[in-house]
Amino acid sequence: MGESIFNKRVDTNVQTCDHILQKLPYRKPFLFVDTLVSVTENGVEGRYTFAADSFFYEGHFVGNPVTPGVILTEVMAQIGVVCLGIFLLSDSSINDLKIAMTSTQIDFYQPVFPGETVTVRSVKEYYRFQKLKCNVEMRNSREELVCRGSIAGMMNVKSDA
Amino acid sequence: MQTNDELITALKTIVKPYVQDEEAFAQLTEQTSFIKDLKVNSANLVDVALDVEEKYDIEIDNESMERMLTVGAAIDIIRQKLAEK
Repeated sequence: MGESIFNKRVDTNVQTCDHILQKLPYRKPFLFVDTLVSVTENGVEGRYTFAADSFFYEGHFVGNPVTPGVILTEVMAQIGVVCLGIFLLSDSSINDLKIAMTSTQIDFYQPVFPGETVTVRSVKEYYRFQKLKCNVEMRNSREELVCRGSIAGMMNVKSDA
Repeated sequence: MQTNDELITALKTIVKPYVQDEEAFAQLTEQTSFIKDLKVNSANLVDVALDVEEKYDIEIDNESMERMLTVGAAIDIIRQKLAEK
C-alpha cells in the first residue's frame, strides 16, 4: 500500500481539504483530524496531534498515559474512511450525513504517547453501495509504523435533507 | 442454466460467513431475508453482493441491490444478469 498516489505528491486542492474538514460530523473531545495533506479518489492522507491533556490519558493508564488502541482506530477511521467518504460523496447534498463504522481489523506495532503527531494514510479498497472499505496505516513522526489494518463503514446520505 | 437448488446452494456458501442466526440459516428458503432473518448487517450484505458478482461474473446495479433483500430476490437478480450477458 501507499505506492504511487502518495509518492506523487498530488497537487492537493487546499479548498477541497478545508471543505471536507468542515463537513466532518465530529467535535471536541471526539474530533481526531487536524489537517488533510492530500485526498484523491483512491486515498487520503492526514494528521492528528494528541494533546497531552486529552481526556483519555487520565485513565489509560493510571500514572502511565498511553493513547488507547480504540482511539488510534478512531483516528484512522475519521481520517482514512470518513474524510475520504465525504470526498467521494462530493457535494451530493451531504447536509445530513449518516455514517456508521461497520468493521475494523487492526494490528498495533508502536505505542503513541501524549503530545505525539501521527500521520494516517488510507487507500480505498472499494466503494460500492454506500460501503467504503479502506486499507489504512498510521505512522509516528519518525515514520515508524504505529498500526495498520482494514476499516469499513457505511456512508448514507438522507436524500430529503 | 442452473437450477434454483444449485443457486441456493451457491448463495448459502457465500452468505454463511456473515450469518448471525444459525437457526434461520439452517431453515433457509427463497423467502428468507438476509437482514431480518439471517441478521446479516447492511455492510456485509454489500460483501454478499460483491461475492455474487465475482462468482457469476456479473455486475449488480444500484437498483438491483436495493431489492436484493431475500434469497429469492438474489436468485432472480443472478438469473436476470446472467441472461443479459
